[in-house]
Amino acid sequence: MFRVLPHIILTASALLVAGCSAPGAGEFNDPYEDVNRSWHETNTIIDRGVIDPVSTAYGTVVPDPVRRGVSNVSDTLSLPGMVVNDVLQLQLGDAVHNTARFALNATLGIGGLFDPASEVGLEERESDFGETLHVWGVREGAYLVLPLYGPSTERDAAGLLVDIALDPVGHLLGTRERDLRAELKAAELADTRYRYSDLYESVLYESADSYSQMRLSYLDNRRYALGVPIVPNEGEEEQSTATYDIYEDFYE
Amino acid sequence: MSDTILGRRTLLGMMAATATYPSVAFAFSEAEASALINNAVREITTVINSGKSESQMYREFERILVSYADMPNIARSVLGPPARTASSSQMSAFTRAFQTYIADKYGARFREFIGGEITVNSTQKINSIYEVRCTANLRGEAPFAITFIVHERSEKFIDLQIEGISLLKSERAEIGAMLDKAGGNVDQLTASLS
Repeated sequence: MFRVLPHIILTASALLVAGCSAPGAGEFNDPYEDVNRSWHETNTIIDRGVIDPVSTAYGTVVPDPVRRGVSNVSDTLSLPGMVVNDVLQLQLGDAVHNTARFALNATLGIGGLFDPASEVGLEERESDFGETLHVWGVREGAYLVLPLYGPSTERDAAGLLVDIALDPVGHLLGTRERDLRAELKAAELADTRYRYSDLYESVLYESADSYSQMRLSYLDNRRYALGVPIVPNEGEEEQSTATYDIYEDFYE
Repeated sequence: MSDTILGRRTLLGMMAATATYPSVAFAFSEAEASALINNAVREITTVINSGKSESQMYREFERILVSYADMPNIARSVLGPPARTASSSQMSAFTRAFQTYIADKYGARFREFIGGEITVNSTQKINSIYEVRCTANLRGEAPFAITFIVHERSEKFIDLQIEGISLLKSERAEIGAMLDKAGGNVDQLTASLS
């Protein structure tokens, strides 16, 4: 903006504005910060006491290909729900993509144990009701930390409840199969926790303020996932210009 | 400074060699932004696969960081308001400590990149920055997006986003929290970084 200004003034103003652009208290929509922080504390204690040891045990005892297979089955079972959301978002290309992925992995992939779909270009294209709400124009709402589940927003939390109620596969299953499915989901989460334990623990246990780091990472990553399609160079202009504010005043 | 000159000469040479850009403009261009990141990625990949010890690799990463990223201004931005009142010797001490801390912290993450590949896909100019979009293909992982933010003023990168998560913003939050713990004292913060 002030590119033409003399160098000395620039340096001086860079010193001034660099200060103003630092994160302030009002940078996030987080009116429930006190409650969120206490849930974050609780979740961290649960992670340390239960989730971390269980995941480590699962990761150490069960061989990698088996864990991957279990995660694939859980993933395949969640595809019909994603297709419903694709349709609700009028993302018909994604609906067809995820349907084909389901068909291929459920058959050639032996009930979802293997993932041949990814090898033929039918990679995972995630979708959920939080995204559907976003597509329908619902705002993000306040940041929330949910018990056990962790970072979310008002919109995503509402979406999560709908996804649980909607669950097309769950309605076809009996109680025992539903229990098995919940166990598969737990195993998938444990596998993810184990696979990314270094990264996860560096954020959760080595940050000066892990709450801020989780909040920032969740919101940035979620907005990125919602704003930019997984196929690159398609409607990326939609992305909020606010992302670039920190760069615009970087030198000024 | 000599790094920049060398870097640009290499870039211009590369561009002339490929002859994709017949008229070489003197202003920074999308092609130069993507060539900058191409070179940075190539150097990082070489170090990762060099088989050197971790501590040797971290120092190599720091050298690459200093030549391809605008570390003095990143450090200033990350420090926030105290950068205004800090003396130049405090700032240079903080910048040095900060770049070592970054190289160590993210260098530890690069272990996951062994045998992997990062490719530059596209570069787009948005106002005064260039978004250089890359894909990381790591072994046994689904591909993920890495975006470098190159500023036209410094002709170096000022941020790195992994699946939308900005390292500049993360470090602002992290250094901000560390500064609070240091009672707002920059010297103490600098000491706690090393």
